[in-house]
This record gives sequence, C-alpha cells and structure tokens, in this order.
Amino acid sequence: MSLKAFHLVFILVSILFSAGMALWAFKTGASDGLGLGCSAASVLMAVYCVRFVIKSKSIIT
Amino acid sequence: MSNPITKYLPFFTDAEVPHTVSARPDTGLYSAKLGIWLFLASEVMLFGGLFSAYIFLRLGAEPGYWPAGLLNVPVGTMNTAILIVSSITVVMAWAALKMRQLGKYKLYMLVTIVCGLIFLTVKLSYEWPAKFNHFGVFIKKEEASKYEEFLGNKHLKDTGQSPRWEISGHLLDAPKGSHYAHQAEHNAEHFAHETGRHDAVTPAEDDYVIQLDAVNANPSDKENDRPHFWPVPTSTKLAVIKASDVESASVFAPRHSTYFATYFLITGLHGLHVLGGIIVFLYLWLPFRGGTQLYKTNPEHLANRVEIAGLFWHFVDLVWIFVFPIFYLL
Repeated sequence: MSLKAFHLVFILVSILFSAGMALWAFKTGASDGLGLGCSAASVLMAVYCVRFVIKSKSIIT
Repeated sequence: MSNPITKYLPFFTDAEVPHTVSARPDTGLYSAKLGIWLFLASEVMLFGGLFSAYIFLRLGAEPGYWPAGLLNVPVGTMNTAILIVSSITVVMAWAALKMRQLGKYKLYMLVTIVCGLIFLTVKLSYEWPAKFNHFGVFIKKEEASKYEEFLGNKHLKDTGQSPRWEISGHLLDAPKGSHYAHQAEHNAEHFAHETGRHDAVTPAEDDYVIQLDAVNANPSDKENDRPHFWPVPTSTKLAVIKASDVESASVFAPRHSTYFATYFLITGLHGLHVLGGIIVFLYLWLPFRGGTQLYKTNPEHLANRVEIAGLFWHFVDLVWIFVFPIFYLL
C-alpha cells in the first residue's frame, strides 16, 4: 500500500472519529460547540478527501 | 578520503544497495516499502496487545474503581487536530518531492516537524505534570458512609450509576511522613495566597486535607452526572480525611490506578514513537547525505524515503485516533 492509499484510509478514519466525537458531544451534553465544531471538521475533511483524490491522480501514482 | 563507516565496520561496503528506487520483480515493491510494512505489522501487534489489555482491565474493573473525566479533553482534542494536520503536511511534502519542488518539500516537512514537537511539548510540559499535581484517595468501603457528603453514593444509587469511592483534588495537608508532604505544603501556600484562608493545615498528624474537585464538592449535583468538555475548576471546599479510613492515596501517576497505569504506558509509548518520527523527519529535512543532499543525486530515492517515514507517521497518528477516545471520552 502506498502513502497515498494509506493517507486516504487515515482521512476516512479521521472523518469517522470526528463524526463520533460530534455524536458524543451532542448525546452526553458535554458541549454543543464541540459537537458543531467536530461536525464541521468531518465535512471539511470529506471535502479535502475528494480534492486529494482528484489532485493526486496526476501527481502521485 | 575513505568512508569512515566502511573503514571501521568492514562488513558495510560501498556496494550499491539494490531496489531503493525501482521495484523488486518478485514483490513489485521497492525494498524499504516491504520493510516498513513488516515493521508496521509488528507495531500493530504491540499496540493491539496493549489495547486488548486495556479493554479487559476496564471490563474487569470493580464498579467505582475506573475513573472518568479526569483528563483535559480540550487539550487532547487540540493535540489530535495537530496530528491530523501533520499527516496532511507530510503527504504534501512527499507530493512536492514527486513534483521536484524542493522548496515546498522543505516547508511542508518543517510544518510536520513543528506539529510533532508541539504535540510532545504539550504532553510533557502540560498534560502529564498537571496529573502529577492532582491527588486522589480511595476510601475504604466500610468507612464510605462517613464521607457521603463528598462521595454522593445515595444520589448515584438512586440514579442507577456506579458508586464512587474516590475523593480527589489538590492535596493541602498530608499525614506525617507522607511522600506528598512537600507537595501538600506548596499547594497549601498557593491555596492560602489565592483564597486568603489559612485553615488548610490541620493540627492532626494523620489527616489528608484535600481541596476538592467539583465532582466531590457537590456530588449530588446533576451537572456532575454528565461529562464536561471544558475542565471544571477545583472548588474551594475542603475535605479532611483520616488516614485510617483510606484504602490507597496517590497523585494521578501510574501507581494511582490501573486506569492511569495503562494511560501513562500507552501515551508514553506513543510519545516515543512521535519522537522517533520527528528524528527521522529532521534527518530527511537537514542537509545530510541521506537527507536533502540526496535530492541532488537521486530525488526519487529521497521521495521514497519520505514515503516510508510518512507511512510510519500515519500509523503513529492512527494509533492516537484510537487512544484519544478510549482514554479521554469514554
């Protein structure tokens, strides 16, 4: 597995982690701000993931 | 001038190492990539064993003896974000080398190194020392009723929660001969300075005096039944506990509980991996023969070295993604 593929796996796990943390924050009532922040981070990382796949096609094989 | 390595260590030769750039015909990989994946497989077994131990210890813990909410979640969250950013920058550094942009490579690699250093600095200069100044006493079960106002076990029972046997906070006075006498003295001075109260030191020589955490100051408060993202400040309420009523007493160090023993073991081992990654990145970033100087003669070889170091770094960051929720959140 190349660094490119492992990076994609890592980002996918990070998205899941971030979404999980948002769920934890909302469900336990720990902090709504944290929940919103983690939700936003999940979306940002998903956008980054798509952009990385598109951009890296021509650069890294 | 002869190579000092081959001069003093004759089994090393100047012979060309094969497959540093091109793929081996039998595996389809260059040699270092096969090597790093074998190494990472052994790392999975190492951390997998520790995580398994954690799960079994936690499942087997007696109710009330597995602490929760004692770690600083905002700091842990920030460190997690820093590691995720560093994984992105290391991939950018690799991509820059693939595009033969040495300047960008150096910049992204520097950001990665700085992120790693921030992570370690926060851990070693803030998170761990804060634990070593936090104190907890586990009360003997048969004496727990004496300390109900600090434990709140009636409220916990009524709401279907596990009992609480620990009273924690900052130690202000310790029994005579205690290891923590000096720390208590320092904390008592700080407490007196902050609050103007000088009643923290008791005449009795066998008492612990603790400036209580919020959870013990108001144990029946429903606010304490849920986890908090932002740490709740220590109260100014004091508890006086007789040494004979105490089962065990310690700062939040590995000896405190199985929880802190596994916390320090796993985060310490992870920290050593972060340190190892930083050292390798520094070697690849500085103008050593195997570092950026290699770019002049064989840029693809340097790119492969960065890819290998990047794979290790991603693994280390992935481990943290699992460490953070199990210790900080759950």
